[in-house]
Amino acid sequence: MTDLIIPVFIALVILYGCLKKVKVFEEFTAGAKSNLRTGIEILPTLIAMLTAIGMFKASGAMDIIADFLSPITDFLGFPDECLPLAVIRPVSGSGALAVFESILEDVHPDSFAGRVASVILGSTETTFYTIALYCGATNIRKTRHTLVPALTADFAGFIFSVLTVRLFFS
Amino acid sequence: MMNKFFAAAVIISVICGIVTGNISAVAEAALNSCVEAVELFIYLIGGMCMWGGIMQIAEKSGVTEKVAVIFRPAAKLLFKNLDLDGTAFHAVCLNVTANILGLGNAATPLGIEAMRALEREEKANGIITDNMIIFILLNTSSLTLIPSTAASLRLKHGAQFPMDILTCVLVTSVLALLSGLIAAKALNCTSALSCGKLKEVTD
Repeated sequence: MTDLIIPVFIALVILYGCLKKVKVFEEFTAGAKSNLRTGIEILPTLIAMLTAIGMFKASGAMDIIADFLSPITDFLGFPDECLPLAVIRPVSGSGALAVFESILEDVHPDSFAGRVASVILGSTETTFYTIALYCGATNIRKTRHTLVPALTADFAGFIFSVLTVRLFFS
Repeated sequence: MMNKFFAAAVIISVICGIVTGNISAVAEAALNSCVEAVELFIYLIGGMCMWGGIMQIAEKSGVTEKVAVIFRPAAKLLFKNLDLDGTAFHAVCLNVTANILGLGNAATPLGIEAMRALEREEKANGIITDNMIIFILLNTSSLTLIPSTAASLRLKHGAQFPMDILTCVLVTSVLALLSGLIAAKALNCTSALSCGKLKEVTD
């Protein structure tokens, strides 16, 4: 399905451009050039943020956060196996995939914890990375309360993963 | 906030690394993350240029206006005082479409474009605007309809029906996004006053 969407969309845009007498090649290169400039402008931000996030991930701080959170998550009925996934999910997409893989090696994908982990992976995003990238792409330095609703959505996602799996599979 | 986040992440990492004995991994991350950043840049830049080009053709020929019409009713609820005929809203619409279809490689470059256009149109002046916060929230909560990555890994590990989580994923995504939106709207309202003062100072 996705194999079809992208090429067809590109072809339709170019075809429609031709019909509307747009100089498609010149406009394409002009758009590409302006985004190349954007890309070079955001590279320093990417280096700074990814270094900070990379060091944080390697330091074991995540495990400490997970330990700290476990009494709360036990209370909410959140499976222990999924805790590392919930902690790494907002920070690193590739990290979350690695943790998800290791969870599925330990528990069956059709078990409760396996399903909760799958729903978490499918319904949340790499929040910190997205905020760093999007704010880094602009000259925004004061991010006000951006992080609060974003993390609220993540947290709600973890809770509702447990609730929906309970509701639909038991 | 960027300054504090950057400083806090680095300092906490070093302290944590020493305490937990992971300091060699931290050192390695410090040296290698910049290379990863450049790799990510290379990975992103092709898509950014390609989608920037397609977006420019779409903008000039009026395709984006047509896509934008579909999202108008939702946008009126979500965004406050956003020019629904402007470039920023067009880029927002294309980014949301790409997200819904699960085209992450297309969504990110379009999202960056949308953020920059929002910054210009709303004269952000270094301070994030309410509409930018809502837009970021749309991207940090997953709008994807089909959880293809999770499903393919479930299949690999022997799930009987890898896609049977679909309903749960959809319900969870919607409820998570709603929770985020409620938080964002509430905070946008309460901070409207202080932000107004901030704007006066910078003006």
